Amino acid sequence: MERRRLRETSIDLFAKLARVSWPFVLLVVLLGVVGYAALYSAAGGAPRPYAEPQAIRFAIGVLAMLVIAMVDIRFIARLAWPLYVVGIALLLLVAGFGHISNGARRWVVVAGVDLQPSELMKLLLILALAAWFRRASWERVGNPLFLVPPILATAVPAFLILREPNLGTAVITLSIGGAIFWAAGVRWWKFALVIALAAVIAPIAYAHLHGYQRQRILTFLHPSRDPLGTGYNIIQSKIALGAGGMWGQGYLHGTQGQLDFLPEKQTDFIFALFSEEFGLVGGLALIGLLALVILYTMAIGLACRHQFGRLVAVGVATNLFLYVFVNIAMVMGAIPVGGVPLPLISYGGSAMLAVMAGFGVLLSAHVHRDVEFPDAAGG
Amino acid sequence: MKRDHRRGLVFTRRALLLAGGQMGLLGLLAARLYQVQVVEGARYALLARHNSVSTRLLAPVRGRILDRAGTLLAGNKRNWRALLMLDQCPKPAATLAAFSVLVRLRPAETARLLAAVPHHPRFIPLLVRDFLSWREMATLAVHAPELPGILVDAGMTRFYPFGGEMAHVLGYVGPPTQAEVAKDRALALPGMVVGRSGVESYRDQALRGTAGSVHLEVDARGRVIRELDREPGRPGADVVLTLDAGLQQAAMATLGTRRSASAVLLDVTSGAVLAMASTPSFDPTLFESGVSLRQWKSWVEDVRSPLLNKATDGSYPPGSTFKPVVAMAALAAGVITAQTRFYCPGYLKLGNHKFYCWLHWGHGSVDLTSALTQSCDVFFYNVALRTGIDRIERMAHRFAIGASAGLDLGGVAQGFVATREWWQKKGHHWTPGDTVVQGIGQGFTLATPLGLATMIARMASGRMIRPYLAARVGARPVAPPPPPPMGLPERAFAAIRTGLFGVVNDSRGTAYAERLPLPGVAMAGKTGSAQVINASTGNRGMSFHTSKLPWKYRPQALFIAYAPVAAPRYALAVVVEHGNEGAQAAAPIAREIMLAALARDGVVQSEAASLPAPA
Repeated sequence: MERRRLRETSIDLFAKLARVSWPFVLLVVLLGVVGYAALYSAAGGAPRPYAEPQAIRFAIGVLAMLVIAMVDIRFIARLAWPLYVVGIALLLLVAGFGHISNGARRWVVVAGVDLQPSELMKLLLILALAAWFRRASWERVGNPLFLVPPILATAVPAFLILREPNLGTAVITLSIGGAIFWAAGVRWWKFALVIALAAVIAPIAYAHLHGYQRQRILTFLHPSRDPLGTGYNIIQSKIALGAGGMWGQGYLHGTQGQLDFLPEKQTDFIFALFSEEFGLVGGLALIGLLALVILYTMAIGLACRHQFGRLVAVGVATNLFLYVFVNIAMVMGAIPVGGVPLPLISYGGSAMLAVMAGFGVLLSAHVHRDVEFPDAAGG
Repeated sequence: MKRDHRRGLVFTRRALLLAGGQMGLLGLLAARLYQVQVVEGARYALLARHNSVSTRLLAPVRGRILDRAGTLLAGNKRNWRALLMLDQCPKPAATLAAFSVLVRLRPAETARLLAAVPHHPRFIPLLVRDFLSWREMATLAVHAPELPGILVDAGMTRFYPFGGEMAHVLGYVGPPTQAEVAKDRALALPGMVVGRSGVESYRDQALRGTAGSVHLEVDARGRVIRELDREPGRPGADVVLTLDAGLQQAAMATLGTRRSASAVLLDVTSGAVLAMASTPSFDPTLFESGVSLRQWKSWVEDVRSPLLNKATDGSYPPGSTFKPVVAMAALAAGVITAQTRFYCPGYLKLGNHKFYCWLHWGHGSVDLTSALTQSCDVFFYNVALRTGIDRIERMAHRFAIGASAGLDLGGVAQGFVATREWWQKKGHHWTPGDTVVQGIGQGFTLATPLGLATMIARMASGRMIRPYLAARVGARPVAPPPPPPMGLPERAFAAIRTGLFGVVNDSRGTAYAERLPLPGVAMAGKTGSAQVINASTGNRGMSFHTSKLPWKYRPQALFIAYAPVAAPRYALAVVVEHGNEGAQAAAPIAREIMLAALARDGVVQSEAASLPAPA
């Protein structure tokens, strides 16, 4: 029986390759192509300086994704916690030695490569939480004490990222943790309690903050308060979107993007550039493509027979969703956050690497969807 | 298994809820995108087309130039001007016509402006008229509604409180060229200027600063509704010079306006340039608003070259002021000692050619000290022959003659010392006679006043003085480190300094008349008179009165000096073009400037009280 055979520890490589979800890979490659086109336009119609390096990184990313997909998911689960510790160490390294760019200490050089560990940390947190919850029964999850270690495991990286400071990624990290808690079966009322507590504590904590800390929060909530801040970006971004209209100005013909009015058009504001050139139709198509990838990820989770794979899928899907939502909402001026890229479209290595690695683990979960964990409480 | 089944069910339910929620939020995002891009989009598209968000670059304020005590040497003055905002001016021609009714524009001006409109960057205003009077400014402001696109604002123009007294060293500024604008777009802003000479040019990058920008929401008529965002830019850095405004004024006053002359005063302890004067001078503010053809012609046709900074760019045969360098070359090479004597019968016969001494009946038997003091030419003819041109050339370079003195100012001349090789390259054969005339700083030798001041400062201190003009740029100190010793024998320095002391203080000295009237404070120096005609032949025996020659054929008059002798503080070089005799034309000027320097920081009193008169 085929199912029987696949429960064996070693499955041959070709069988594994055959089980890779190739439609999913196709969707990812499609996103990569859209990213190349957008970055080609961001450079004024040239492969350099953005599109070409990004394409090389993307090719490496796809390869890495497929290699990770071949790794036994049980092995990945065993590595989850050691990797988590490495991630925390990298974040501490950033806090100690990281270099500052745009006023935040986010980058660290590892083996000659500029790395943004907070991007990687989100994936490592997903793995660690999935490993923690994978054996837990419905009753076990109901025990509040059982929830203390994963809460700490979520809070520590979130706090370190917040300190960088990178409020956007910190909130995303917390949200991913919340999503996995949710999918693992933590009770409704506990979520309600935490939200209620936060609503009560926030004003009290705010009252105890220093003046400058309050100022920072106010600036974060109302960027127009900050005369040098993101207000200009948002205005130019909105003009770009408006200029795009329904059908767009045409590829390589967006005036805002091409005339350098649009700041950071190759990174955070790539969506504005894309939508100016391809209009609402193009923007919706891109959102649709991203939504399809998110849904596909969730579907892979649902098809998985072990809890580890399911939880990883929820984590990866939520991470992707938050990237997309926060970035596009920011570009439209709906929420005032910076520093969150549009995955696989924005120029930049760390986020791309982390997302592709996440897809790799997801595909591994899919390839090994029927395996049995030796210590599993059940499939 | 039931429990796990329940866990699986819970997962499925919650994962679907999560996915549903996420898709719902993405749906909201899509709806919002429709709102922004299509519903409000029309308005934003209009903003994009008419660019009603007007981005204007803000010109950075140019940095000031200050003297060592903080006295303002170059600053900025308010200047009312009318600008044309291209992004708010639908019909430039109509606006300019309306403008001309109020403030008259010549047809040529209007044509020039209209020709510039199509090429001008839209977010950079076009300058219509500068230096508006208060009345014109008020008229334009009142009629603003009839002048769409015209903006009256206060710009800055360069302002030099000392006018021509500092013009050469500070330089001047002028409007940028097309090529410069292509490199730095901010230069297209009205009122932006580029340093064209002197410190203004050499420190241009620091003085310029970086442009800021302001984003304004404007209505269809170009009226500003509100300021959206402001990036202030960075004003230019202030440059603090080593110059002393008072000494500079004293030097300029002493040189006078009728001569063609220059002077450089250095601080011997550091190399700081305290005064750098060149006369006649010019009004540096004329360049910013445009120099009239008549003015330009009068400058260019003036034989005294008022635009040239003669202190750094004037090249003169140094004449006898070169003798200390020849002496040093000979002493360092060991071909003479301080005791070596030569007999001066009034000439040196070489082959069948006689090289005359300026004193036709001769100095008799002279040693180095008395040869310097009395400026005996024959002694130095002999020394030059013994030393050879190659050693002289190398030593001259070490004393900043024919080599850079290292001043922090662009385009500074270096002077020149001939070499055998150079002369052979020109197809000639170097003869001993050529070496002879180099010995008294004639022939091919050229030096700048700055080079001569550096030379005498190095002679006085024995250190590798590097003259410098800027002490600080912004908050950053830029003065060079303390000068290292030159590594030449101290005995050689002592012998030369004794000779230079005699020039001013020995009754036989060529500048004895110019000794300082201060008890205990002495000046040492060297006179020089360099022929302009027949200079290369060294025909000093020709008996004609140079003072009767036409001005431009009279010899250059030079004097270099340092004081106080006991503890050298100031080094000075004065060159009076065609002043005839160094002793008569240049030395008295040097004395006045030196007295001003000594009086200024109280050296006179303290030195007089504590030091015995040097023997």
